[in-house]
Amino acid sequence: MDSLKKTPLFDLYKKYNGKIIDFAGWALPVQFESIISEHEAVRNAAGLFDVSHMGEITVKGREAFAFLQNLITNDLSKLKDNQVFYTFMCNYDGGVVDDLLVYKYSDKHYYLVVNAANIEKDYKWMRDNKGVYDVEINNISDEVSELAIQGPKAEEILQKLTDTDLSQIKFFYFKDNVKIAGVDCIVSRTGYTGEDGFEIYMPNKYAAELWEKIIETGKEYGLKPVGLGARDTLRFEAGLPLYGNELSEEITPLEAGFEFFVKFDKGNFIGKDALLKQKEEGLKRKIVGFEMIDNGIPRHGYEVRADNQKIGYITTGYFSPTLKKNIGLALIDAKYAEMGNQIEIVIRNKPLKALIISKNFYKKNYKK
Amino acid sequence: MKVLEGLYYSKDHEWVKVEGDKAYVGITDYAQHSLGNIVYIELPEVGAELSAGDVLGVVESVKAASDVYIPVNGKVIDVNTSIIDDPSLVNNDPYENWMILVELKDKSQLDNLMTAEKYKKFLDEE
Repeated sequence: MDSLKKTPLFDLYKKYNGKIIDFAGWALPVQFESIISEHEAVRNAAGLFDVSHMGEITVKGREAFAFLQNLITNDLSKLKDNQVFYTFMCNYDGGVVDDLLVYKYSDKHYYLVVNAANIEKDYKWMRDNKGVYDVEINNISDEVSELAIQGPKAEEILQKLTDTDLSQIKFFYFKDNVKIAGVDCIVSRTGYTGEDGFEIYMPNKYAAELWEKIIETGKEYGLKPVGLGARDTLRFEAGLPLYGNELSEEITPLEAGFEFFVKFDKGNFIGKDALLKQKEEGLKRKIVGFEMIDNGIPRHGYEVRADNQKIGYITTGYFSPTLKKNIGLALIDAKYAEMGNQIEIVIRNKPLKALIISKNFYKKNYKK
Repeated sequence: MKVLEGLYYSKDHEWVKVEGDKAYVGITDYAQHSLGNIVYIELPEVGAELSAGDVLGVVESVKAASDVYIPVNGKVIDVNTSIIDDPSLVNNDPYENWMILVELKDKSQLDNLMTAEKYKKFLDEE
């Protein structure tokens, strides 16, 4: 554990009984109290997450817009100042280098939030594709901490710690220089749980103090500290993808079912030709949602079968704490991908029956 | 971590409670605690003949599936179906909520297991 990277909150985990694991080279809590109670706290009240391991990269300069528009799949011309969007950064084969959030200050200044495991790769990819664009790219991940407060009570709790009217921050917008408990933060109405909530960015030195203040303030509302375990079950129920599971350099956004974030009509971008070709030829594989008919828990990597042959594998599977059902996502041969189809999941060498259903297992509670 | 006197313990965190020629087998408080919320349990068929080290069942937490091993030879004469219906019982009381009842084939194998006192020491070193 000593060789792992630590967030500024590491020393606090012990106080909250955090069970530490190695997550992509980071020492992070998989749970505090229990995955299920933390999951339920976020669905019914609120949860606080340390997501300081996530990466932050700034893109500034005269050609910041043009540079990024070429780099990502979503249409940056649609993004307003102080707005945030979700997008993919693809390779030339259409595979996903990373999925990320783009925060727009102006067309000369953007703030990117990327996955922890991909920070170095992304930063290199961006510099490698800088070409002649007049931009300055900076990886500020080591200076920035991030906390996420998520759940139906998130706004009420956070509002107690700031004079800024948080109801004015709309879904997928952000505000800079918001004082939370006296600390200057970037606050966005975004998150990764399917619930309303905020992501808060601040310099490392304030993270522990802010964590404690939010925990203290939220206690009476039922707020709990939440680990990576519930973070995964929550995002999974809400149909949100995880890099390394539903997305990778070998899986395209179209196969993952996220064509919505790929704007073919915006002009050129890296990966466009490959993605367009895939779209025109038709998908050979697709990510589908499924529910177990037989009793058994589907897990990441398990084989999926139909017609006595392997047709794919599970990207994520769980006993869903909210739905109380065994459900999963799987990347399978597109010809079996229709909803209502029966497939088989091989669990400990036994093929068990499952049914293809919508990937939106849980109806999201965003405040729009 | 709760460790009961009078039981035998394995290094894989199973417990064995001997009653005459029969023994109840379950997982320890340490094991249930390490697993976290248990959401699924698979047990063997009644009549199955198991040897020490065989997988007796599978316990799945929210995060992962873990095998449970039987530390002694035995023939399964009963399985606790109530924990299949409600796996969280094992989290609540792992000693009360046994997994299988076996007919012991070789009682001398119990000598290879730890007493409560030794198991406590073993946990301190974990």
